[in-house]
Amino acid sequence: MQFMLLFSRQGKLRLQKWYVPLSDREKKKITRELVQTVLARKPKMCSFLEWRDLKIVYKRYASLYFCCAIEDQDNELITLEIIHRYVELLDKYFGSVCELDIIFNFEKAYFILDEFLLGGEAQETSKKNVLKAIEQADLLQENLDFQMRLFAGRQRSRDATQRAGGNRPDINTVHSIIIIHVPHTHILHLPAAVRSR
Amino acid sequence: MYFYNVNELYRAMSPSVPLQEMIRAIRSARTQCEERGVIQRECAAIRAQFRQADNGGRSHNLAKLLYVHMLGYPAHFGQMECVRMIASPRYSEKRVGYLGAMMLLDEKQDASLLITNSIKNDLSHSNQYVQSLALCTLACMGSAEMCRDLAPEIDRLLRASNSYIKKKAALCAVHIVRKVHDLGELFVPAARSLLAEKNHGVLHGAVVLIIELCERNPETLERFRKTVPDLVQIMKGLVLSGYSPEHDVAGISDPFLQVRILRLLRILGRNNEGASDAMNDLLAQVATNTDSTKTVGNAVLYETVLTVLDIKSESGLRVLAVNILGRFLLNNDRNIRYIAMTSLQKIVGTDHNAVQRHRGTIVDCLKDQDASVKRRALELSLALVSASNIRSMMKELLLFLSSCPAELKAHAASGIFNAAERYAPSQRWHIDTILHVLTTAGGDVRDETVPNLIQLITNASELHCYTVHKLYRALLTDISQQSLVQVACWCIGEYGDLLLRGECQETEAVQVTEDDVLDALETVLQSHMSSPATRGFALTATMKLSTRITDNVDRIRSIVSIYGSCIDVELQQRAVEYNALFKKYDHMRAAVLERMPVIEKNSSGHTNGETTGEAIKDIQPAKVKQGELLLPPQPANQVCDLLDLLGGSDETLQPSPAVGAPVPGLLINTASIAGGDLLDLLGVLEPAPLAPVLTAPTVPVYEKDGVTLTLSCEKQSDTGLTVTLTASNSTESDISSFTLQAAVPKSVQLHMKAPSGDSLPARGTAKVTQMVVLNNPNKVSLKMRVRISYTSQGSAFQDTVQIDSFPGLDAAGQ
Repeated sequence: MQFMLLFSRQGKLRLQKWYVPLSDREKKKITRELVQTVLARKPKMCSFLEWRDLKIVYKRYASLYFCCAIEDQDNELITLEIIHRYVELLDKYFGSVCELDIIFNFEKAYFILDEFLLGGEAQETSKKNVLKAIEQADLLQENLDFQMRLFAGRQRSRDATQRAGGNRPDINTVHSIIIIHVPHTHILHLPAAVRSR
Repeated sequence: MYFYNVNELYRAMSPSVPLQEMIRAIRSARTQCEERGVIQRECAAIRAQFRQADNGGRSHNLAKLLYVHMLGYPAHFGQMECVRMIASPRYSEKRVGYLGAMMLLDEKQDASLLITNSIKNDLSHSNQYVQSLALCTLACMGSAEMCRDLAPEIDRLLRASNSYIKKKAALCAVHIVRKVHDLGELFVPAARSLLAEKNHGVLHGAVVLIIELCERNPETLERFRKTVPDLVQIMKGLVLSGYSPEHDVAGISDPFLQVRILRLLRILGRNNEGASDAMNDLLAQVATNTDSTKTVGNAVLYETVLTVLDIKSESGLRVLAVNILGRFLLNNDRNIRYIAMTSLQKIVGTDHNAVQRHRGTIVDCLKDQDASVKRRALELSLALVSASNIRSMMKELLLFLSSCPAELKAHAASGIFNAAERYAPSQRWHIDTILHVLTTAGGDVRDETVPNLIQLITNASELHCYTVHKLYRALLTDISQQSLVQVACWCIGEYGDLLLRGECQETEAVQVTEDDVLDALETVLQSHMSSPATRGFALTATMKLSTRITDNVDRIRSIVSIYGSCIDVELQQRAVEYNALFKKYDHMRAAVLERMPVIEKNSSGHTNGETTGEAIKDIQPAKVKQGELLLPPQPANQVCDLLDLLGGSDETLQPSPAVGAPVPGLLINTASIAGGDLLDLLGVLEPAPLAPVLTAPTVPVYEKDGVTLTLSCEKQSDTGLTVTLTASNSTESDISSFTLQAAVPKSVQLHMKAPSGDSLPARGTAKVTQMVVLNNPNKVSLKMRVRISYTSQGSAFQDTVQIDSFPGLDAAGQ
């Protein structure tokens, strides 16, 4: 893959990932032209088009266009699957993802993409593994790793006493530990739904 | 885990409040100007923050800057901050720093070199997620230098690390190989061993790497061919295994890996019987067992088909593959149809009959709404046209032409012309087809269509009546298509008498009066839609009609004289000449405006002398035709005595692609010399014919292997000619038994005198001359074929050379 672009129906760029070295001006030019070309296409048309000397594969999900530029020898149909897999990952991560999620958390969208594709090729074909990796990285970012290891020790001993029909780990307990030990002065905004469980 | 799913963790994480507030502020700006204001303020704040010492919010600031960059505003002042963040020990800062590097830095920026060291350190970090950041960035924007620097590190990671890192290292190696081809050698051993891994991510990365290595280096490809059995095993495992929740996509187990392996098999099996055999069964299995109801199954089938068609597969498998493509053609999904046609295009040359079976469906796709599908269908349809289906295919293609999108019209028109030329069942059909194209897409055809069509028309002499009637009718309907109008004008000028006669076998007769015809031509002349070239055609046609009509010659005279003062120089010149033809050369007018002879197909300005390989006997009839073409029709020849004086300059006598030009061309030569007075003409042209008579130049006619033959000739009488051939030898060894034999056209008499000798000493110390006396009583165009035979260094040589032009004689052999 040479590049991937995400843009809205009004032509606003939401994500751009370039795997080939191009100057800023060239990137802008390509983006502008390609966005115009794709937006001009009618709804029922083919997902593939030839543009300059590249093959473009695009698909619209709700209000967002996902557009990839692939090389001559690449398989267009599997590229559609790659796009779909990325959307699924975003959906799993953000929970029923919508365009606003990607706007306000664009850096997360990039992190997810970087766990799925590397250098323009798919690096992990299992959805579960990609999500697990993101989760671990996020935990690392929040510096919760240390806390988790602490909790894991306590949980293992609790599990040993509670067998079949054992309760799920008490979420509130987990959160309470975090609140106490968090070194940074962030205040966790906990969604009400989670807290009440 | 500790949270039920990654989404819960995401929602539990601390959002970047500063970033989200800024995004909200930007989005609420109502105008572009307001937005710019917000962004300027934010950027100023960010710049100030960058300058300060380390605070907790660095990652948020950089993230803000990256957002601003994505909106299209300049963000280069963040580059150094990226470099600093990457070097930070905090993971959150590294993460954003590397993201910034991938977005703001590329290999063309100097700052990108500064992160090489950080990447190097992070590649050996104890935490795999930090390693992962470094690998990702290197694979995304690593320059050739960085790649060279870090390649050994990557190789190390390829061998000794966990699966998570191995899979990333493999793709990083792919990037390195793409940037620095020589480094491929380094990764070959590691790539080989990775094929034994079980982890799908690692396998996938390994296969991608091997594909890259094999495509770049044929030797590496040879070495990896031994892995074909292993690859077949892996594929079999994927295809036949039961449901595996981790990798399943709509019933296919890990389609991404399957597609990759199929591609590698394609590369390894290409041009190799052994490898192709080894994978035959597997490909058959995949082709038959893969579920094709969803896109993902079709993706695998597509890759399989590509592989089957590219390797040396057995015929049964090939048929299977083409049938799959045929099924794709009938699929409801437009994407699949498009893919099918793309693949069929690749094999239409080799498996023509197989593709022909699906011609009907392909032709239907011409009517598809989608432009990409239309284009593919057009190309395939043109490739499938053959002698047996030409009529039905042309019907479809012409229908397509009338409704196809503008960008395809030119391609379609030229494709139709080519097909018509190759497979036209009859001349009338051919002419009809071309006329149809000109009517529908006249603006998009190439320039040589007009002369080509005219040449075609002159050749179809029995259809002149039909053609001119049809063209006249077309002219009445529409005069906007220039090519059509030009051809119509030319035909009306040429065959106007047939038009006026009124009867025609092939089409219903229309009563056309002379006034009608002249009206039509005048409309073209006066219309603002006509191009200057078209106007020229119309004027010449009007002029030609003066010899073909009886009543309205005065009208023509007046039209012509009006245009004598036209602003367009070309038209003015023509009008003036035609005027002269009316006034001073009226006796010549009939002859000059006679019917044109049949135009030869390859007469595009060069001598019709390409008769090599023909027997001498054949030269005779060909020359007769050539004589016809070279000189205007006989009556004109007699009348235009001046033309003989022009005999020295052959160019004006040969037919040229601009039809209609030869006759006026001659006039231009005569009339353009101030006023066109006969005496002046003679005065100007006198010197020219003298020149050829004075000397008898020598020209080389043969030069090969050191043997040179030159020729000179001398006119002895009206029909007699002496030709002297001189041979010399520039090689280091002597030549013996040197003989020359000559042959000439039938009516020419030949007498060979005795040669001066038969040996040619080395290094051109002596020459051999041979005199040949020719008598050309019928004054045919002279040609001579000379056979040279000699012995050199013990072996015999023989060669033949044809001499078409003799120095000092014109092309007519006079």
